Amino acid sequence: MYEKDGEKYFVMDSHIHFWDASPENWVKGQEEYAKGWIECFHAYQGLGPEATHWPIEKFMKYSEADFEKDVFEDGYVDVGVFESTYLKEWYTTGFNTTERNAQMAAKHPGRLITNGRWDPRDGDAGLRQLEQDAATYGLKGVKLYTAEWHNGSRGWRLDSPEAEPFLVKCEELGIKNVHVHKGPTIWPLDKDAFDPRDIDVAATSHPELNFIVEHVGLPRIEDFCFMATQEPNVYAGLSVVIGGLMHARPRFFAKVMGELLFWVGEDKMLFGSDYAIWEPRWQVEGLVDWNYPDETFSDFPAFTTESKKKILGLNAAKLYGVEVPEELRLPVPPDEPASREDAELVESR
Amino acid sequence: MTDRAHVLDALGTVFDPELDEPITSLRFVTSCDVSAEGDVDVRLRLPTPQCAPNFAYLMAADARDAVRRLPEVREITVVLEGHYTGEEINASIGRGDGFAGAFPGETEGELDALRELFHRKALVARQSRICEALRTGGATAEEVTALRVADLPDDPGARRCLELRAHLGIPSDAGDPAFVLPDGVPIAAADLTHWLRMARLIRTSLEANGGICRSLLAVRYDIPDPDPEEVAA
Repeated sequence: MYEKDGEKYFVMDSHIHFWDASPENWVKGQEEYAKGWIECFHAYQGLGPEATHWPIEKFMKYSEADFEKDVFEDGYVDVGVFESTYLKEWYTTGFNTTERNAQMAAKHPGRLITNGRWDPRDGDAGLRQLEQDAATYGLKGVKLYTAEWHNGSRGWRLDSPEAEPFLVKCEELGIKNVHVHKGPTIWPLDKDAFDPRDIDVAATSHPELNFIVEHVGLPRIEDFCFMATQEPNVYAGLSVVIGGLMHARPRFFAKVMGELLFWVGEDKMLFGSDYAIWEPRWQVEGLVDWNYPDETFSDFPAFTTESKKKILGLNAAKLYGVEVPEELRLPVPPDEPASREDAELVESR
Repeated sequence: MTDRAHVLDALGTVFDPELDEPITSLRFVTSCDVSAEGDVDVRLRLPTPQCAPNFAYLMAADARDAVRRLPEVREITVVLEGHYTGEEINASIGRGDGFAGAFPGETEGELDALRELFHRKALVARQSRICEALRTGGATAEEVTALRVADLPDDPGARRCLELRAHLGIPSDAGDPAFVLPDGVPIAAADLTHWLRMARLIRTSLEANGGICRSLLAVRYDIPDPDPEEVAA
């Protein structure tokens, strides 16, 4: 919970990691990629305020105590969502697997949600693994990384026939939240790997699932926004937007926020710190303090206290069925009956 | 005799296809050497080792082609450094056997369609900057959409629009409409406001990506970041 100027904010961080990218975990023969990956992440950290930069050694493998301090104690996070990322071609035990994340989550009951993953290239074995993971970890969401390498393949698409049974399985198992991260490689390499149209196809054919597009589809914000205006079940994950732009490029940040508020809307935007790339503290504080820099932004939607409350936590809490303490909810106007959606949430608890 | 300044000028005509900015102003050219005999050696760098291989290839290949067009150049070496597919790309550019040759079996074809897609986005973004300036200056939608190519300002932004039109096969004679959709159809006055709203989003996306690329390059190579909100001309 974060409090500023008499307003209290429930903070749900929809994108956090607890990774191990230390040299001991690099796959033999793949050291160049394992090292390159984490160095690239570390460069992103450089876009945040200097006081929050870490040395690369700590960044490769930080401790549980670091995590607890940065996320819960200093970072105001009430509930965090682990977005598991495997990358087992490069990291022996995986980069941050569901298993590793779940061990941490078990130590903080009610504070951490562990998302699973699947990869359509795993076929039937992958479907069985997903069933097993759903049972073991009580999955409510998955994180999909379409650029992951696998047996000589450099990526996959969400609208491929191989992905369809996995989406059906998610529906079946009640895994309602599908976080998608587009990446720089996909077969065939001559196409734009960042094009989010495959998410559009999947979202249309699976209206019961929520598709959270991580990093708002960066670098294809425009394609993402055009899609999100048309698909009620497509959401914007704000990680990297806040961490990568708010401090380093404040004017672009204002433009991007304005466009997102206009095209996607404050009800469909979710805060994510992408910890440990960036610590949540300065992002939460900065977002609450933020507003458009000048009157040239006057034709964008207003960014109100209510917008901040929704984006920082209430929207994600709704998607994950997390109970928000009454004092942190938005006041319900007395003449407005609770929506059908709210009633369903209550019943399913 | 071609000297280093000529080579740098030539590299200044090579655009990052995704950001629509010259690779020189993006500081993707690490070094550029011309020997007394006319051998040219160009080293390129990108903001991350994981930048998309297709765009990386286009910049390296275009750089080589741009240098090749200069007079009295002998051997040309273009090397993309610090990229996870650098080896494949450099070898293919040295051999001159295209993107498909760099990644056999991993592509369906060359990169023409990808390039065209980004030319279209770039044209929308570039035109909208000019349109918005005109609207801010008090021009009505009717006045803006009535303008002809001959009425466009003589500045780098407008010249780039004409280059992009040429790439897309859109006629750009003096009497042709100044502002067109990516398929060459003139923008109607009644559609201008809506078009500008869409165009601004595309422009913001390009600019924000450019901003992130500049920041990452500065962090990666520990070079100063002169103007944090720099926008392409």
